[in-house]
Amino acid sequence: MSTLLQAVLNGLALAAVYALIALGFVIIYKSMQVLSFAQPALMLFGGYFVVYFSSRLGLNFYLAVLLAIMVAGLSGLVIERSFLRPMVGKPVFAVAIMTIGIDLVVRIITGNLFGVESGGIGATGDPWGLGLFIGDPAFGATFHWGDVVLNQRRFAAIVAALLVIGILLAFFRYSRIGLAMRATAFDQEVALTQGVSVSSVFALSWAIAAALATVAALFISPNTGTIDVNMFAFALKALPVVVIGGMDSIGGALLAALIVGLAESLTITYQPVYAGFLGGSFSQVVPYLVMFVVLLVRPYGLFGTREVERV
Amino acid sequence: MRNRPALIGDYRSDAVVFRSGVQRVWMGLLLVAAVFLTFGGSLGPIRLEGEWVVLAATAVFASIGAIGLNVVTGMAGQVSLGHAFFLGMGAFTAAVLGGVEGTAPALDPVTGELIQKVVLAGYQLDMLIWLPAAGLVAALAGFIVAPVATRLRGLYLAFVTLGLVFIGDHIFREAEYFTGGAFVGRAPAEMSLLGFRFDKPGEVFGVFLGKNQKLLLLGVVLLVVMGLAAKNLFRSKVGRAMAAVRDRDIAAEIMGIGLARTKTIAFVISSFYAGIAGALLYAVVGRLQPEGFGFALSIDYIAMILIGGVATVSGAIMGAFFLKMVLPKVVVWLAGLPLVDLVISPEVGRGVFDTHQFERILFGLLIIGFLIFEPLGLYGIWIRIRNYWKAWPFSY
Repeated sequence: MSTLLQAVLNGLALAAVYALIALGFVIIYKSMQVLSFAQPALMLFGGYFVVYFSSRLGLNFYLAVLLAIMVAGLSGLVIERSFLRPMVGKPVFAVAIMTIGIDLVVRIITGNLFGVESGGIGATGDPWGLGLFIGDPAFGATFHWGDVVLNQRRFAAIVAALLVIGILLAFFRYSRIGLAMRATAFDQEVALTQGVSVSSVFALSWAIAAALATVAALFISPNTGTIDVNMFAFALKALPVVVIGGMDSIGGALLAALIVGLAESLTITYQPVYAGFLGGSFSQVVPYLVMFVVLLVRPYGLFGTREVERV
Repeated sequence: MRNRPALIGDYRSDAVVFRSGVQRVWMGLLLVAAVFLTFGGSLGPIRLEGEWVVLAATAVFASIGAIGLNVVTGMAGQVSLGHAFFLGMGAFTAAVLGGVEGTAPALDPVTGELIQKVVLAGYQLDMLIWLPAAGLVAALAGFIVAPVATRLRGLYLAFVTLGLVFIGDHIFREAEYFTGGAFVGRAPAEMSLLGFRFDKPGEVFGVFLGKNQKLLLLGVVLLVVMGLAAKNLFRSKVGRAMAAVRDRDIAAEIMGIGLARTKTIAFVISSFYAGIAGALLYAVVGRLQPEGFGFALSIDYIAMILIGGVATVSGAIMGAFFLKMVLPKVVVWLAGLPLVDLVISPEVGRGVFDTHQFERILFGLLIIGFLIFEPLGLYGIWIRIRNYWKAWPFSY
């Protein structure tokens, strides 16, 4: 029983990270119908600056995260303005493949910034200062309930994801800019005629996506709390999440993140015991397998809008 | 008619393989050049040697794979990020059928004696068997995937093929009996065609040729055959059906073209080409490893057809040669320049980027640049230059 609970808890933390990255994909896709393969690189880029500000410069962790989010958001703006803007109106594949090119360039540059060693997220074992919140400065890295262990980074991932996603949804729902973004997602031309600056919505969506990826980077390795260039494959697994949910559905992405996170975590726990013949890192392909199954049944994902084609 | 190649008056002239005499002459010249550069030793002073042969042979084999991707992505318009999987299927099929068995000492569970246990499959068959088999197994994989792929359109298809690469990667790593396992790998198939060894140096028609020169010759012959076959495909009924599906699938369906059938054929043919290319590519390097068939390899091939030119055979070949032969040489040349070597350096850690990193960056920038400025690729640049000189001294 406690094994199952443990797997579910880990799965929830995993789902939180997937949800953050997947939301970035969906926001970009909704606003400009572009699928960005550059998300993994942006995540590493943002993650690098967290490492730089917190571990290498020794700033306060929360300040470091805030600064890194700003740097990543700014780079999102720059990428959109310089590479994506000339591609407006071009076929979707051309743009998607272009983002692969962007991903390559950003990833190499980030890898160079990192150097050979991986960077620690936060200088200490408890960068969130959770110990202070619960009034126990000597607080270790884990919570214990009987046999179930909740790693403090996993706990922070779940809380941060809930918080960030909540703020974001409220922003879309209640703010003027959020309204503009929703209008653009609904119909770009109509939004233009109503005085919405569609181009700044495009730019903003890239900035938000980059910022979300940076937050995700904080929790990418809950066990060691380090990040290195090879972790881009992790962010790439958010792609099946987006596809399962349906590429233009925020709710779908969140649900799919939950499904994939839990599926992956349960596989990590039970597959080596019951189906060891499937191989050592089988859990890594589980998101893709789930995607195959979902697409076979529903070709546009769980909540994706069916493409309507005019003849 | 003879002097107006652009005038297409009937179906016959629309369907010719080479539209003008000039194209035929170019084709012939390139072939002669390839043979001349390889055999050069006795025929003249010029001869491709050393690293150039390695690069050229790699580029020729990669061209075959790029043509394959151009069938499904360029011709039929189905963006496939899964080309690496089919290359891998071909490469490992060839290695198993044509490679050497690997053994390791182990205890027999019954008798308890020390015996040589087979840990790596290898049947050392003739190239006549393993080369077509590699293509067919890859094509079969394409046929199995096709039903999923034909249900989907656009970006969703791109994802499924991406997923395929990751699942394939996992299978290649785990199937140690066939692939040698992650980070270990195995030797590729033995290139022996009816007793003639392509992977050993030796005399051909009285000229002593190195291993890579022989491979290059083999590659050129295969490339001509498979390139012409692809060109033929493009002008056949099936090829036209593919183009119709690419341009507007609904309109194609209304005209009576079976979407599922056409897409399946495109996938199968594309995978066949990939299988053949995969089977041969690693003979040059002499080693193939499971982790070499990841997402990055798929991007390589997408970039080849994108930079070369989408939906043309010559574009795929140009792209492969540009990425596999010209680009590495340019980067090495750049790294050797004074001042530049402070930024790009052949040694890791000395400059800002090492040459490999810089090559990847340049590669990414080329993808971006071609998409923004010349979506038709090198083929488009060639067309523009040609038109400029055709109309010279008038601008148009």
